[in-house]
Amino acid sequence: MTDLTASSVQRADAIPARSRFPVHIAVFLAPALAIYTLFSIYPLIDTIRLSLYAGDETGARSFVGLKNFDTLLNDPNWSGQFWNALTNNLIFFAIHMVVQNGIGLGLAMLLSLPRLTGSSVYRTLIFLPTMLSVVIIGFIWQLILNPLWGIAPSLLKAVGLGSLFGPWLGQESTALLTVSLISVWQFVGIPMMLIYAALLNIPDDLLDAATVDGAGPFSVFWFVRLPLILPTLGVVSILTFVANFNAFDLIYAIKGALAGPNFSTDILGTFFYRTFFGFQLQVGSPTMGAAVATAMLIIILIGVLIYLFGVQRRLQRHSF
Amino acid sequence: MTKLGSKASLRRAGHLLATASVAAAALAFANAASAQTLTIESWRNDDADVWNTKIIPAFNKKHPDIKVQFKADPPTEYNAALNARLAGGTAGDIITCRPFDTSLDMFKKGNLTSVNDVKGIENFSDVAKSAWSTDDGKTTFCMPMASVIHGFVYNKEIFDELKLTPPKTLAEFHAVLDKIKADGKYTPLAMGTADQWEAATMGFQNIGVNYWKGEEGRKALIDGKQKFTDPAYVDVFKELATWAPYMGDGYKAQKYPDTQNLFTLGRAAIYPAGSWDVPIFRKQADFEFDAFAPPVAKAGDKCYISDHTDIAIGINAKSKNAEAAKTFLSWVASPEFAEIYANELPGFFPLLNAKVEVKDPVAAKFVGWRGTCESSIRNSYQILARGTPSLENELWNVSAQVMNGSMKPEEAAKKVEDGLASWYAPHKK
Repeated sequence: MTDLTASSVQRADAIPARSRFPVHIAVFLAPALAIYTLFSIYPLIDTIRLSLYAGDETGARSFVGLKNFDTLLNDPNWSGQFWNALTNNLIFFAIHMVVQNGIGLGLAMLLSLPRLTGSSVYRTLIFLPTMLSVVIIGFIWQLILNPLWGIAPSLLKAVGLGSLFGPWLGQESTALLTVSLISVWQFVGIPMMLIYAALLNIPDDLLDAATVDGAGPFSVFWFVRLPLILPTLGVVSILTFVANFNAFDLIYAIKGALAGPNFSTDILGTFFYRTFFGFQLQVGSPTMGAAVATAMLIIILIGVLIYLFGVQRRLQRHSF
Repeated sequence: MTKLGSKASLRRAGHLLATASVAAAALAFANAASAQTLTIESWRNDDADVWNTKIIPAFNKKHPDIKVQFKADPPTEYNAALNARLAGGTAGDIITCRPFDTSLDMFKKGNLTSVNDVKGIENFSDVAKSAWSTDDGKTTFCMPMASVIHGFVYNKEIFDELKLTPPKTLAEFHAVLDKIKADGKYTPLAMGTADQWEAATMGFQNIGVNYWKGEEGRKALIDGKQKFTDPAYVDVFKELATWAPYMGDGYKAQKYPDTQNLFTLGRAAIYPAGSWDVPIFRKQADFEFDAFAPPVAKAGDKCYISDHTDIAIGINAKSKNAEAAKTFLSWVASPEFAEIYANELPGFFPLLNAKVEVKDPVAAKFVGWRGTCESSIRNSYQILARGTPSLENELWNVSAQVMNGSMKPEEAAKKVEDGLASWYAPHKK
């Protein structure tokens, strides 16, 4: 009898003790953690490890420390291409920040106008290219801009501006801008949607109050709406940054791995591809490729840190 | 009881089935072992039909005891997939070889055997073997299959209309181009620089052999006796720069398929070609076309052609059917194979020293130049492409820039030479 009570007391004690450690949380997190570790964290660390090795012609690898990075930054054959790719990548990013996010903001403002009819149609149409494969986008735009059979030269001719047309994708001076704008065209729907959602979140009371206080539409935008959507703009910027510095597919689809003419459209992604997989007769180097990938990771990390400490901490979220 | 019985009989049937399948597998294995099934690894997935319906049946007429299976990957995945299978020990017995470093790499890693002792290898010249031999030329590791030849294809109807004759010298070439341009109806030269490789492959390598005298110049470059800054090479770039006005609007953004279309639609008169274009034109063009060889400087000059070794076949070093594979390779080195291959895939020309009849008249013209001109391969392939920057990739870039007018011929030559000198010892002096 006493035994029984003792065990039941013990059991009663044991239950709260067990619930103090949230086993179920660990159990639920485990699969995600395992998959994330296996497919994300491990490859990332292994890439960094690989960047410290070099291979010889029989395929054997040996540890060389930071030599690959030294080559990347100080060997003229590598550093020229690296800085060129980084510069192009910065231009690519700048165009996206100004044009894509600018237009995205403008479109979101227009869509949130209460008197606009058919806004959901516009919203869908503008968002549509985002869902298309980048290979299709590249193909379509190459056809549109094709100097031989494209629709762009004939359209320009029809309005008397035929002389303005040029082989934009083939000239060093215009190729990067053209490719960037194609990418902007494809992805403008994403900032538009995010900003649109943020704008919808602003309570009408605030806007009404501002109007009653005598603010015109411009002042309402500048002093009420913009500050309220700043956190979203921050998120949009950081998303654009990460996506642009990881970009590869559109350039590869349109200009190939040599990112011509004369590497004018070469960005870090295409540079990495050429290095890692090789191209045409150039035999790929996994170790040098890993070094380029690690450099890309560091650049993205620096960008994200600047954002986190320079911007994110100063932003204030408003709760209504 | 009946239930139990049925279970037992089911189990018995299962056992029987298992035994039967094991026996069948064993039988199949024994069969395979006695019949020797050879598997061919290839990137020519376009050619699977030709292999299965023509080439393999022809081989089996002579060697019915050797079964052959053709297994192809898409060209872009071939190197990666093959390397993975070689590493895992599951690669086929016979491996289709790309020219130079990618195959040399496999040989150095011990994945390919030497074919020096395979009967039939004596049917090939040193140039034909160079793409699949060690740098010293002593060991050949793949049996050469085919090459592609460069030249110019022209629209016969336009030539008849404008009363033009195919040019033999550079002066005639320019005169013809000028006349077509003056007429104004057609684009004189179908070519674009958007993909960059056309400029180097159909431009620089196509006409260049006449300037650097084929093999003589190619070997001199490898030995370091000639440099890209020598007049022979600068002159090729100078010639390429003069092509721009003939190439039509927007050639800087014109891609390779655009160029092919421009020609097959009858809108352009002359097309700097690789022989692999012939079957495509045969299918798409509804006018007569013909070909002329790269023009020489003066009438009567010795002519050279770029007869580039492109495809070969080797033996997996770990193959269990090495003897059968050798038999197959010997057959690939025979005129019989060459004849089938050349006519089923016109534009890919057999490399062996035997007369092979090519039925397509334009393809036959290309291969006929071998009789009058001296053959050479592209100078950027052997040895000179393996460093950083790769000579081949550099040539793509500068040739396109020269044709785009964004780089002077002398600058292009200097850039290529500097790139080569940065890693290749014979050019460092």
